Amino acid sequence: MELLSQISFNLQNGFDETVAALTKEAVEKQIPPDEILNNGLIAGMNAVGEKFKNHEVFLPDVLLAARAMNSAMEVLKPLLIKGGIPIKGKVVIGSVKDDLHDIGKNLVAILLKGAGFEVIDLGNDVPAEKFIRIASEENADVIGMSALLTTTMPVMKEVVDMAKTEGLYGRVRIMVGGAPVSKEYALEIGADAYSYDGANAVETVESFFSKDS
Amino acid sequence: MRPVLRLLSNELIEKIVSEARDILCNLGVEIHNDGILSMLSDHGAIVDSGKKHVLFTADIIDRALETAPDSVKLYDVMGRQTHDLTDHKVYFTPGSAAINILDSRSGQIRKPSTSDYVEYAKLMSGLDNIASQSTAFIPADVPEKISDSYRLFLSLMYCEKPVVTGAFTIDAFNVMRDLQLAIRGSADALRKKPLTIFSCCPTAPLKWSDVTSQNLVDCARHFIPVEYISMPLSGFMAPVTLVGSLVQHTAETLSGVVLSQLTQPGTPIIYGGSPAAFDMWYETTPMGAVETQMIDCAFNEIGKYLNLPTQAYIALSDAKQLDAQAGLETSMGATLAALSGINSISGPGMLDFESCQSLEKLVVDNEICGMTLRLVRGIEPKEDFPAMPIFEELLREKHLLIASHTRKYLHDEHYFPGAVIDRANSSRWMEEGSLTISDRAKIEIERLLETWEPTGLPDDVLVEMTGLMKKEAAKFGMDSLPHENL
Repeated sequence: MELLSQISFNLQNGFDETVAALTKEAVEKQIPPDEILNNGLIAGMNAVGEKFKNHEVFLPDVLLAARAMNSAMEVLKPLLIKGGIPIKGKVVIGSVKDDLHDIGKNLVAILLKGAGFEVIDLGNDVPAEKFIRIASEENADVIGMSALLTTTMPVMKEVVDMAKTEGLYGRVRIMVGGAPVSKEYALEIGADAYSYDGANAVETVESFFSKDS
Repeated sequence: MRPVLRLLSNELIEKIVSEARDILCNLGVEIHNDGILSMLSDHGAIVDSGKKHVLFTADIIDRALETAPDSVKLYDVMGRQTHDLTDHKVYFTPGSAAINILDSRSGQIRKPSTSDYVEYAKLMSGLDNIASQSTAFIPADVPEKISDSYRLFLSLMYCEKPVVTGAFTIDAFNVMRDLQLAIRGSADALRKKPLTIFSCCPTAPLKWSDVTSQNLVDCARHFIPVEYISMPLSGFMAPVTLVGSLVQHTAETLSGVVLSQLTQPGTPIIYGGSPAAFDMWYETTPMGAVETQMIDCAFNEIGKYLNLPTQAYIALSDAKQLDAQAGLETSMGATLAALSGINSISGPGMLDFESCQSLEKLVVDNEICGMTLRLVRGIEPKEDFPAMPIFEELLREKHLLIASHTRKYLHDEHYFPGAVIDRANSSRWMEEGSLTISDRAKIEIERLLETWEPTGLPDDVLVEMTGLMKKEAAKFGMDSLPHENL
């Protein structure tokens, strides 16, 4: 447990190389990979997330912790797959068609990766059919869409409708966000959730999985 | 560079000072204190004892200005330096001596009690952008004769920050000095590390009462810093023009400088004031008026011209509630004051023409002070040139959130306000309860009260201070102090 606490501590401080090295050490010492993941890495990310919420740390601190998380996951991921341990979940994300704004979407992607999710970032100007196709091919759990313009928001509804016709609806959760988007709009178009910022998006995706379990 | 606001040319300052000196030497000042009149006479001033009137001389004014120090340092109750009032350095202090408080829990304006004062002092411990406390209001649950010393006592018991205060009577000075001696240990230690500033107010136009002039002399004898609070009222008890009001302020304040420096050459003094533009509709003294604030900034320039530390009552409001007027008047005053380099900026927390303190406003004003302090640090290049490398990094990495440049300068370049300032997007704001600034301020007050920790003063000092205060209270028929029952 001492080693896992060290992993958590170093992750919270953003020391990516140390976290990767300690993770290797933990693997060599035969600590089960899911234990390293849950009691070391995710425990550290949760602590950072809580501090961020309370304004004790800043966004760069969260992202540095996320970077450390990713460096450890490179070590751990093959072992998790080999052991048949489910990886946290897969999110397909992008800014909708005709929308070239991607700052908010990028932040959400970075934070989701940091929280241990696999993120497939489709970039910006993504048409509805691409969201559906990739989500289907990749067997994704979540589609995340962002829009900054009221004129591009209808693409979100197209994706929801297409998910219904393609039989993905319900199985793949759909999350929307962006300045003109609201909780009400998400409900109206039939999306599963709305998030108001990056940290909130992570909480939202986490909640999909806790509800599933 | 440090941005500096200037309202007066040096030529105009010289003219104002010259006119003020002429007034002191030719029209003179009324001083209702025979001891002081006698001292002035000994130094060559022309005194009319019957009329309590004195004509100054150019020589005593020059001598006073020569011996007055150009900086005043303050130290907290633990002896750590907190202030160096000089040049363009700025520090905030709450508005002082309110007779009412705006109760943050009931929303009512009412007389304050000891428990309010203790909450105030605890709150002040946690407000990082307000460097000193003031004896901000007057507890109404003790006899008036000890209300000045008792509020200083409570401040020193519950908060480590130095205190801007003042005595209401001649006798009260003694216990207020003794409380400080109990903390410092000796008169010499107190002289080396001043803990308080005493406000001493002349009466407009051109008068000193027995009490205020004696307080001033008593402070000088113990090297306790004083700030002169001249209060010309433009158009009523002073000329309507801003320059005319400045001439009066200069004359009254210079007369104070002379009294202090002749009593004790080198005693620390602060060139302060609380002038106001008189309101010709409401018959009030608006502290939030732009002209009031202009006179404040301008007399500060005169103080700087004379090489003296400065103070003004400026970052405050005449509103009765924590509303938009409270925010705008306080922000405008704080910004102008800081840009002008007023060394001790009095006002935070204050409403209603310096008569009502509000803890809610105090926590909001703490943010105004924080932003203002950031403003006057100005803009300086920090590894910004050549600019290409950071932009290459931005284009390569797509963002600079974890760039070493960001991590190195984030906290230095940006002021991060506390929870009373709303910077959430509207969805998050609604999700978190659609809280108003007043709601957020109330939460912040409770948080700061919960996290308060006792001062580091040793128990024997606290016991000695309590003994001194009890002895003083007993003179006025009180056998216990209200704070003991909290």
